[in-house]
Amino acid sequence: MDKTWNNKAWFLVLPVLVLVAFSAVIPLMTVVNYSVQDTFGNNVFFWAGTEWFEELLSSSRFWEAMTRNLIFSFIILAIEVPLGIFIALNMPKKGWGVPVCLVLMALPLLIPWNVVGTIWQVFGRNDIGLLGYYVNALGIDYNYVQDPFDAWVTIIVMDVWHWTSLVVLLCYAGLVSIPDAFYQAAKIDGASRWAVFRYIQLPKMNRVLLIAVLLRFMDSFMIYTEPFVVTGGGPGNSTTFLSIDLVKTALGQFDLGPAAAMSLVYFLIILLLSWVFYTVMTNYDAER
Amino acid sequence: MGGANERTERNAMNGSAATEGLASALSHSDLDRRMRRRGEESRWWWIVPTLYIIVLLLPIYWLINMSFKTNAEIVSSLTLYPHAPTIGNYVTIFTDASWYSGYINSITYVVMNMVISVAAALPAAYAFSRYRFLGDKHLFFWLLTNRMAPPAVFALPFFQLYSAFGLIDTHIAVALAHCLFNVPLAVWILEGFMSGVPKEIDETAYIDGYSFPRFFVRIFMPLIASGIGVACFFCFMFSWVELLIARTLTTTDAKPIAATMTRTVSAAGMDWGLLAAAGVLTLIPGALVIWFVRNYIAKGFALGRV
Amino acid sequence: MNFDLTWMAWTWPTAAFFATILLLLCGMAVWEYAAPGGNPRVGILRFETTRGDRLFLSLLGSAFIHLAWLGLVGSNLWWALALSVVYAIGVFRYV
Repeated sequence: MDKTWNNKAWFLVLPVLVLVAFSAVIPLMTVVNYSVQDTFGNNVFFWAGTEWFEELLSSSRFWEAMTRNLIFSFIILAIEVPLGIFIALNMPKKGWGVPVCLVLMALPLLIPWNVVGTIWQVFGRNDIGLLGYYVNALGIDYNYVQDPFDAWVTIIVMDVWHWTSLVVLLCYAGLVSIPDAFYQAAKIDGASRWAVFRYIQLPKMNRVLLIAVLLRFMDSFMIYTEPFVVTGGGPGNSTTFLSIDLVKTALGQFDLGPAAAMSLVYFLIILLLSWVFYTVMTNYDAER
Repeated sequence: MGGANERTERNAMNGSAATEGLASALSHSDLDRRMRRRGEESRWWWIVPTLYIIVLLLPIYWLINMSFKTNAEIVSSLTLYPHAPTIGNYVTIFTDASWYSGYINSITYVVMNMVISVAAALPAAYAFSRYRFLGDKHLFFWLLTNRMAPPAVFALPFFQLYSAFGLIDTHIAVALAHCLFNVPLAVWILEGFMSGVPKEIDETAYIDGYSFPRFFVRIFMPLIASGIGVACFFCFMFSWVELLIARTLTTTDAKPIAATMTRTVSAAGMDWGLLAAAGVLTLIPGALVIWFVRNYIAKGFALGRV
Repeated sequence: MNFDLTWMAWTWPTAAFFATILLLLCGMAVWEYAAPGGNPRVGILRFETTRGDRLFLSLLGSAFIHLAWLGLVGSNLWWALALSVVYAIGVFRYV
């Protein structure tokens, strides 16, 4: 649609601008201010320069949390995206099954995040949880409270359980937009199931898949509540992701300076990712 | 859209060219059998979704199961269904003010946030969908970054900000804080729906002498009613599931139910049954709203502005 | 309600930093007003960028240059600043 050039449209955007500025710009400015100062409370601040940033960039704790976060994001993507596509391909296209599937599948998305954590905290326990009990009954030693590997498995399974539906819904939305005629043509040609997927379904899902990958990457990069409830970042520090580390510093110890420096670095990374996301999306749309 | 269709069609044709020789070599009966086999395959379509849904529902079932058990039963042995079903846990929640007020608090700030977000987003989305203006693309991008920003980054400054304004532990504080990610979300969803409305409708209305506010409320909003519904749904959803900021900004009077739950978890002597019952009750609002928007969920997600 | 801003802990350097950003944005608006259209072109990133995009890339890149300098070299940020200016010129010239 060709849009008219009209700078008065700014007035329509004004409410949003004021609202978001209040809840985004002022806090961000505050973070910048804190990040160069030290405080002992009571709003008394001392100039600290770039000390916090230097400390942060040379601390192994920060880089370990970052590495864990990246590994986590990549595992999540490698599982959720193929699984999501597979399930979406097998969803019914019409009939009573569609609303039932959609509603049931979207259910995990609507559970408050800490309740998701609680559900899995209970479900995985080897004394009172269905999963933990039967996995142990099978002879596999599984205890997410003590074993870092088990903790990772639990958190990854939980995230797959929680978010695969998002990928399914996105892919499904892409799939239903394919006209029936395409499938009929393929049928007449005797195209294999793979050919149908490769040449008809995948190209149609391109855009939504891109959205799914980027959304899942960014959301898993800032995951906080669910692993915090399940493992509290432990055992040891094995599941301490960036957000968990940040909240520990900021609200647990109330170390304003280091927390602000960490927030800023974290935010810059997210900003870069968002920009990549936005650029890829808009250019993809423009190409079409 | 047209371009994409063409490209896909061309791809499909390439695919067909490759299989053409094969297809013509097959006799008609072969082709029939092939097609029948594919028909048979589709009779088993329900297996994968059903398995997936069972996996999704198992942990939820376990929570519901636990909520109807007594603590003694939970701790003593693993039972697949409550042998001595009790609604005691729910009774506790509905009679103890510190529990049920959590629900009231959560719903209060979620609804406030929904109203504020959608009301502010409506004119902005209209501006983005109809006009070009100075810096529009960058403004749009800036909104996106707020949707993507980690709540952990904002938890601390929010606490300081709302303390300074004396808004800590009020519903409006949480509602305003959640606007950070819900307003951009609402703008994007609504913009997507508004772009689908032909511009001629606006022009005709202006020619007929409608003023902008009257046109917007009387003609335009009914046209995008489903979009408003979807935007409300997503605002509800993200405000409902968010805990970090809500917990940071509240202490007692506006404490969300989710935070009430964490407090009980850390208390000495886990009351598993009560915890499970509280968890089950948090599932209900989500399940209800999702039923109302079931036909639009897929579309809402696919707009790519979530 | 009080409008006591001590909690924001303003300092001169950070205030100057935000003032600079604000001035840059105003400058961009004036530039846009004087020569509308944003001078879109396809640079080395192989997609169309406007001068707003180039400003954003310069600022974000500068932030990362400063961080890298702090992490790898030392705390004398004037060199990082100089490097950032060179980088920004490069961005405006080639991207």
